[in-house]
Amino acid sequence: MIADMLRVVRLGLKSLMVHKLRSSLTTAGILFGVASVIAMLAVGEGAGEETLKRFRDMGVTNVLIRSVKPEETQQTSSSSMTSILGYGLFYPEADRIQNLLPQSTVVRVREFQRGVMRGENWRSTVIVGTEVAFLPVTNMKVQEGRWLTELDMQKQANVCVLGASLGKILFPLENPVGQTVMVGIEDRFTVVGVLEYQGRAAGPNGTTLDECAFVPMSSSRRRFGDTIRNPSTNRWEAVELHEIKVKLPSPEEVEPGANVLRTMLQPVHGPKGDIEITVPLELLREQERQRQMFNLVLAIIASISLLVGGIGIMNVMLATVTERTREIGIRRALGAKKRHIVQQFLVEAGVLSALGGLVGVGLGMLVPQAITHFFKQNTIVEPYHVLLAFCISAAVGVVFGIYPAWRAANMDPVEALRHE
Amino acid sequence: MQQPTDRPVIAEFVDVHRHYVMGENVVRALDGVSMQVRKGDYLSIMGRSGSGKSTMLNILGCLDRPTAGRYHVGGRDVSQLDDNALSDVRGREIGFIFQSFNLIPQLTVLENLEVPLFYQGRVGRESREKAEHLAERVGLGGRLEHRPNELSGGQQQRVAIARALMNDPLFLLADEATGNLDTSTEKEILDLFDTLRPDGVTIVVVTHNPNVAARSDHTLWLKDGQVESWIDNRAAGGAQ
Repeated sequence: MIADMLRVVRLGLKSLMVHKLRSSLTTAGILFGVASVIAMLAVGEGAGEETLKRFRDMGVTNVLIRSVKPEETQQTSSSSMTSILGYGLFYPEADRIQNLLPQSTVVRVREFQRGVMRGENWRSTVIVGTEVAFLPVTNMKVQEGRWLTELDMQKQANVCVLGASLGKILFPLENPVGQTVMVGIEDRFTVVGVLEYQGRAAGPNGTTLDECAFVPMSSSRRRFGDTIRNPSTNRWEAVELHEIKVKLPSPEEVEPGANVLRTMLQPVHGPKGDIEITVPLELLREQERQRQMFNLVLAIIASISLLVGGIGIMNVMLATVTERTREIGIRRALGAKKRHIVQQFLVEAGVLSALGGLVGVGLGMLVPQAITHFFKQNTIVEPYHVLLAFCISAAVGVVFGIYPAWRAANMDPVEALRHE
Repeated sequence: MQQPTDRPVIAEFVDVHRHYVMGENVVRALDGVSMQVRKGDYLSIMGRSGSGKSTMLNILGCLDRPTAGRYHVGGRDVSQLDDNALSDVRGREIGFIFQSFNLIPQLTVLENLEVPLFYQGRVGRESREKAEHLAERVGLGGRLEHRPNELSGGQQQRVAIARALMNDPLFLLADEATGNLDTSTEKEILDLFDTLRPDGVTIVVVTHNPNVAARSDHTLWLKDGQVESWIDNRAAGGAQ
C-alpha cells in the first residue's frame, strides 16, 4: 500500500519533470502563497510583542498613577521664573487609596535625576525613592545582597539598591554590596543589594529599571526634598509623589479597582490634568485585540495569494489532463479504474503544491529574519503557523486538483485512445 | 462458419448489436454479430472502413458495451458490467496492442511493462522479473531502462507486445499492430506473433491489411455490421 503510494508519487514527480518550467512556475504560485502566509503571520505576531511585553512588565494586576506635568498655559509660563510649579500626587493620597482598597498593595514612588559616582565611574540616572513593597509589586528580584527594609525607611538610612546595569557600570570588577557610591554632589549611599537583570522593563524618564538606583522613600525625601529644578525649562517644580503603584489581589479586581481610583482622583486632579492613570491589563487586552485583528487581516491577504496559487494549479492540471488524454486512454485500456486515474492526478496536483509548500516554508522562515535584520521589526515565527501554512498548501493542491482529476477519470476510454 | 474444435471458447459474441444514435438516425455499427474465439486461435477481423471493425474491437476489448446481445469473456457475461468491473476484465483478461504503440513516454521500458500489473496491485519483484523475462522474449533484454523515444518503431511495438503479455491475458487484441511500421518491420512483428503461438497465446488482430490477415488462421470479414464470411487461411494456402 505504502509502496504503491510511493510509486504513484514517483510517477507524479516524473510527469511533472516532463514540463520543468511549467511545473516550477506553478509551484512558485504556491511557494509565494505559503511564504507570505508565514511571513505575514510572523510580522503580525512580532508587531505587538514589544508593546505587550512592556505592558506585562508593568504588572497585569497593577494600576499605575503617575504625576504628569500639566500643559502650560500662557499665564503660568509668563510668571514662571519666580514661582514654583506644583503638580502631581500628594503624600496623603497614597493613604487614602490604601483605605479605599484595603486588599491592595500601595507603593509610593519618588524619582530624581542625579549623577551616581563610584571612583572614576559616573552615570546620570534616576534615583527611585520607594518602599519595601516596590519589589513584589514590580515583580523584580534581588540578585545579590538585600532589598530595602522597614528599618531603612525608619532610619532614613543612606542605603541604596542598584539596578543590574547600573551595578555593572559603577562596579565593573568588584562586588558592589557593602561599597559606597556618591549620589549627586554630597550624599554618600551604601550599596546593600543589586537587582536581577530585567531586560527591557521600562523605567522612569526614558531609562530602564536596570539603570536605576533605589533608596528608601524617607531618605529620598530628606536628602532631595520635594522641589527640583527642571533643566529643560530652568524652573522649579514641586512634586511630592511621582507615582503610586497599586497592586490589586487579582486580575478580576483590576477594572473595578481602577474605576474606584478614577472616581477618587477625578475631583482633585481632573481639572488640573496633572496625573495619568495607566491600567496595564486594559492596555494589554486592547493590544491583543488589535493584534488579533491585524493577524486576521494579514492571514486573509496571504490566503488570497494561496488561492491564486491554487487556481494556477487547477489551470495547469487541466492543461495536463488534456495533453495526456492519450495516456489516460492507455492506462484505462490496461486496466486502470476511474479511481486510479483520479488518484494519479490528485497526487500530481498534491505533489506540485506540497513542493511549493516546502520551499515556501523555507522562504517563509527566512523572510521574517530578513525583516528583523533590515527593518528592525520584531517578528515571531510560530511553529504551528508553519505547519498550518504547509498543510493548507497541500490541501489547496488537492482541492484544486479534484476537478481536473475528475475530468480525467470520466473520459471515455475509446475517445481518449483516439485522441491525437 | 468457424470449424468446430475441442479447444475451450474464451470469447464469444452472441447476437451482438451496437447502435449509435446520431441525431435522428440510428447507426447500426454492429447488427447481430455472433462469433467465438477459442484458446490458441489466431483470428483476424477485416472489413472496409465503416464495416464495424472498430466497434467490434472496442467491444472485444471491453472498452465499450453492446447495445443488445451478449459478450462472454472466459465464460463470463461482461455485456452488462459497470465501468469498474470492465476495467478489471481489461486489466486481467485482455492484452492490448495498438497501431501507434501507445507506450507512456515519460516512463522507462520496465515501468511501461509494469503498468498492467500495477493496477492489479501486483507490482514488485514478481512484476520486475516478469518484465525482464518478457523483454528478453521479445528481444529487448538490454533496453529496460530506455525511454520509448529512444527506441525504433519496431522496438516500441515489441515493448507493447511484451506489455500486453504481462497479465497473462486470455487473448491479445491487436489493432492495426503493424500499421505504423515498414514492411520489413511488419514481418518481424508478425513473426514474433508466430513465435508466441506454441505457448498457447490467442491472438485477435483487427486490420485492413490483407498481408497481415493472411498470416492468421482465420479471417472474419465484416460488412455493414454483420459477419459477411469466414475464411480459413490455412485451407486457402494463404499462410506460409
